[in-house]
Amino acid sequence: MELLKNLPEMDLMRSEKMTFVQLIIPVESAHRAVSYLGELGLLQFRDLNDDKSPFQRTFVNQVKRCAEMSRKLRFFKDQIHKAGLSSSALPTLQPDVDLEALETQLAEHEHELIEMNANSEKLQQTYNELLEFKIVLQKAGVFLVSGKSYEAEEGRELEDNVYPSDYPESTSLLEQATQSVPSNPSGLRFISGIIPKSKVLLFERMLFRATRGNLLFNQAPADDLIMDPVSSEMVEKTVFVVFFSGEQARTKILKICEAFGANCYPVPEDLTKQTQITQEVLSRLSELETTLDVGIRQRNAALHSIGFHLTIWMNMVKREKAVFDTLNMLNFDVTKKCLVGEGWCPVFAKPQIQEALQRATFDSNSQVGIIFHVMDAVESPPTYFRTNAFTNAYQEIVDAYGVARYQEANPAVYTVITFPFLFAVMFGDWGHGICLLLGALVLIAREGKLSSQKLGSFMEMLFGGRYVLLLMSLFSIYCGLIYNEFFSVPYHIFGNSAYKCRDDECSDAYTVGLIKYRDAYPFGVDPSWRGSRSELPFLNSLKMKMSILFGVAQMNLGIMLSYFNSIYFNNSLDIRYQFVPQMIFLNSLFGYLSLLIIIKWCTGSQADLYHVMIYMFLSPFDDLGENELFWGQRPLQILLLLAALVAVPWMLFPKPFILRKLHTERFQGRAYGLLRSSEIDTDSEPGSARHHVEEFNFSEVFVHQMIHSIEFVLGSVSNTASYLRLWALSLAHSELSTVFYEKVLLLAWGYENILIRLVGLAVFAFATAFILLMMETLSAFLHALRLHWVEFQNKFYGGDGYKFKPFSFAAIADDED
Amino acid sequence: MYGFEAMTFNIHGGYLEAIVRGHRSGLLTAADYNNLCQCETLDDIKMHLTATEYGPYLQNEPSPLHTTTIVEKCTLKLVDEYKHMLCQATEPLSTFLEYITYGHMIDNVVLIVTGTLHERDVQELLEKCHPLGMFDSIATLAVAQNMRELYRLVLVDTPLAPYFSECITSEDLDDMNIEIMRNTLYKAYLEDFYQFCQKLGGATAEIMSDLLAFEADRRAVNITINSIGTELTRDDRRKLYSSFGLLYPYGHEELAICEDIDQVRAVMEKYPPYQPIFSKLSYGESQMLDKAFYEEEVKRLCLSFEQQFHYAVFFAYMRLKEQEIRNLMWISECVAQNQKSRVHDSVVFIF
Repeated sequence: MELLKNLPEMDLMRSEKMTFVQLIIPVESAHRAVSYLGELGLLQFRDLNDDKSPFQRTFVNQVKRCAEMSRKLRFFKDQIHKAGLSSSALPTLQPDVDLEALETQLAEHEHELIEMNANSEKLQQTYNELLEFKIVLQKAGVFLVSGKSYEAEEGRELEDNVYPSDYPESTSLLEQATQSVPSNPSGLRFISGIIPKSKVLLFERMLFRATRGNLLFNQAPADDLIMDPVSSEMVEKTVFVVFFSGEQARTKILKICEAFGANCYPVPEDLTKQTQITQEVLSRLSELETTLDVGIRQRNAALHSIGFHLTIWMNMVKREKAVFDTLNMLNFDVTKKCLVGEGWCPVFAKPQIQEALQRATFDSNSQVGIIFHVMDAVESPPTYFRTNAFTNAYQEIVDAYGVARYQEANPAVYTVITFPFLFAVMFGDWGHGICLLLGALVLIAREGKLSSQKLGSFMEMLFGGRYVLLLMSLFSIYCGLIYNEFFSVPYHIFGNSAYKCRDDECSDAYTVGLIKYRDAYPFGVDPSWRGSRSELPFLNSLKMKMSILFGVAQMNLGIMLSYFNSIYFNNSLDIRYQFVPQMIFLNSLFGYLSLLIIIKWCTGSQADLYHVMIYMFLSPFDDLGENELFWGQRPLQILLLLAALVAVPWMLFPKPFILRKLHTERFQGRAYGLLRSSEIDTDSEPGSARHHVEEFNFSEVFVHQMIHSIEFVLGSVSNTASYLRLWALSLAHSELSTVFYEKVLLLAWGYENILIRLVGLAVFAFATAFILLMMETLSAFLHALRLHWVEFQNKFYGGDGYKFKPFSFAAIADDED
Repeated sequence: MYGFEAMTFNIHGGYLEAIVRGHRSGLLTAADYNNLCQCETLDDIKMHLTATEYGPYLQNEPSPLHTTTIVEKCTLKLVDEYKHMLCQATEPLSTFLEYITYGHMIDNVVLIVTGTLHERDVQELLEKCHPLGMFDSIATLAVAQNMRELYRLVLVDTPLAPYFSECITSEDLDDMNIEIMRNTLYKAYLEDFYQFCQKLGGATAEIMSDLLAFEADRRAVNITINSIGTELTRDDRRKLYSSFGLLYPYGHEELAICEDIDQVRAVMEKYPPYQPIFSKLSYGESQMLDKAFYEEEVKRLCLSFEQQFHYAVFFAYMRLKEQEIRNLMWISECVAQNQKSRVHDSVVFIF
């Protein structure tokens, strides 16, 4: 006991010590102080204005300004993206612009950009119109020309249909209307224009209805795509020419054109005039094109200069916004001259924080320093583990189950090794292991490059777990060497097999037909077992027993950790009435089984362990007969059985009764001294503890304890059985790889045909990559996860804490991208 | 097959029902409205709304905001959600969803026709149209001179065509007969929608018939109140009432002869579900009637979410969202015009 108490502090296992601190910051240095703290990133502010809505807070205007600025920045980004430029930022060049300057600068840029956009939009529109006019001229000209050559025919056709013979106002219209020109004395007019292709059908139908069929509709697709000014997408358009007669029809058609967004352009019928206008349009087009080009170049230059600073600005605005959001969490004190903030920080960070605050006071020339002092907290502190690139992924694995209670033993410390190891037990194949290793090495080698760029969700996951992957692959190479598996091909790496044939004709290699002629194979499984009739029974027995040994060892570790937790929280009750009986129960049954396994391995005995274990319960007093492994086994078994039987009520009854006794004593005001030992977690969790004590409900406590005990007793059986998944998955893996190797690769290789061989190879490679390397990795990963979360962690892990989320610029820059 | 929807509903409707219920949980709550009502400027409203589901739609708006922008963006969100659901829907849900928009179509048609009558610019009118009630040739409505042309030119292509059978006349359009047209169309639409829901059967029919009956009754009351003192004859008025609902047929007979609001009230108080609505109003008052009806409607719409495996949730969601947009419009108008004392006059809390 003395020895255990003098153990080193086990810093790794405990989360950082946190303290609750109060800051009293003079208004003039508040902003700077908070931004220095943000750079430091070690203080988690508490929201003191929880009851206020966002716009009732103090710095709402600044937040709004930041939001406005970030809107402008988004606008720039969007524009840059649209213009097809890449915003290349030089993060080293960080001119120290203050917010006001930046705001005016941004406003200027935005104004400039909007103006340019408006100009270029106008130009674009004119350009579009001209382009459309050009197309209409080209296409409609064709109709008109062809129309003329068929004039006689067409005229007859049209005359058949309608034609009021003369229109008195048609001559006057000739001068007024630009769009419609009477084509011949009979009063046939036309309107030509252009319309998006998708609307043509509807347009034609509508025209037909409106004029009751008295029209001729000609259309031709435009050759060029025309940019839609609104969405700036290229749209296919169709040129149309409508021939009709009558004034009313004209107004109707024009209205419909307007409604459909069809642009009408006048096309003179006269060929010479047509060519003349075409010339004019073409020259104006080329003129406009150069103007547009210049405009675009100018705009791109402007955008480029913006893009140069964009990332820096965005970061800055984001930081400012975060600072003001944090300032909004602070309270004004009575005099309105200071801001009061509260928050959590790790103890080790106190000097750093103080230093930052001093710097802030100094830099902002404040007369009054910032007061920083420790306070008593009501709630439990947040959990904060310092991790590095290597341990982070493992901590994440544990946190995914639940964040550790404050200062509770952290299973991640052990998970770093046990997790990849248990994975490898299920995934033991050094061929596949090497593939995984290569993958992991690629990820690690390109760490610097990959961490800066944005990855897909799947790659992100792989990249985040690259060190897990590394250890998993290393361990699976190790386990693969022990299992002697390489894509299910046996290799004689560590010397020759210990067995040889009894005579010459043992080509099908039965183990019984083999004799052992030298020392055992030095490392791992003898390659001669491969393919033999007794391969499966041998490997199964080996792996099954191994799984139980690992399981019992890991569960014992879990219970040991609960002991260290109790010691740490000074909870002697838990040690005496939970830890001790649990240890006894587990080890008297499954610890004993492990002992038997080891003895059997060492002595090479033929005893049936099932039989021993089953009859240990059914008839403990019977003679063991040939199953006896060592002297005195029977009395030992009786003793262990008794110990296990005693352990159950030991776990169940004393604790709730003692708790009740302590409770009543406390309320009679007698035994304050005693109380400290059991209620010491008041320090760490005063809020809930006080609550707990005030409403001490014996039946609830008792039921709770009963559930725990039953769970443990049943759990120790089912959890031990659950560890057999190590064997099952490893069996499945090796069988699958055997199937792919023998039934695909070797089968295909049996043919002389190169094509079949290639197909076989392809199928084998595909199956290996996708089924064995991906699916199997995933399933082994999940099973290892389960073994850690359930079988290991339920022995000691509370997992009801909450994470330390410091106010930090680094985190902000990360998560909003 | 009533009562057995659970067996098959989720094959086609499950995903969308989940979607619509998810959307519903994004509706603003009373707490949100309380916060919004305390806003001082439109920017405050924007800031509050960016923290809600409306965030992505409003965050890129430049700062001097207008009420119309807020409403436009909120409506855009509704339209996007609607379009998403419509894309995913299969028959008969897609038809059901389309039915929901016909009301807006009628309103849009009437808006454009009235607008052209008063010689407004078509483009300007189009901007005012509800985006859910848009159809391809809507702009062509401006061409039409009378009902017959209206029908023949444009509406024959739209789903509204069958509703037109009762109001095809060659009369020139004027305000009065446009209003009559609107109500006739609406009547036909409601009746058709009602028939359609009855055909669907099951919980959809049950809940929708309740909701539509309420809608029909409300319209009947509104028509009565609005037509008091106009030259609409009793028979014509009677013709505009939908032929279903709680008031059909006897209530309609009585409503048709009402000459003032108190008579309407006397008629309505005979119907227990409408008693609480009218008991809130003082005699002779019709101002608050709209709000009272809206409140009752919102209550009924919310209740429809209590039952599963039916289509009424889609109808209810669209209606609730429209109510929410109306609320937002009212709040932002009040804020913009510094009339904060009146902010609670017309806001109907949904939750």
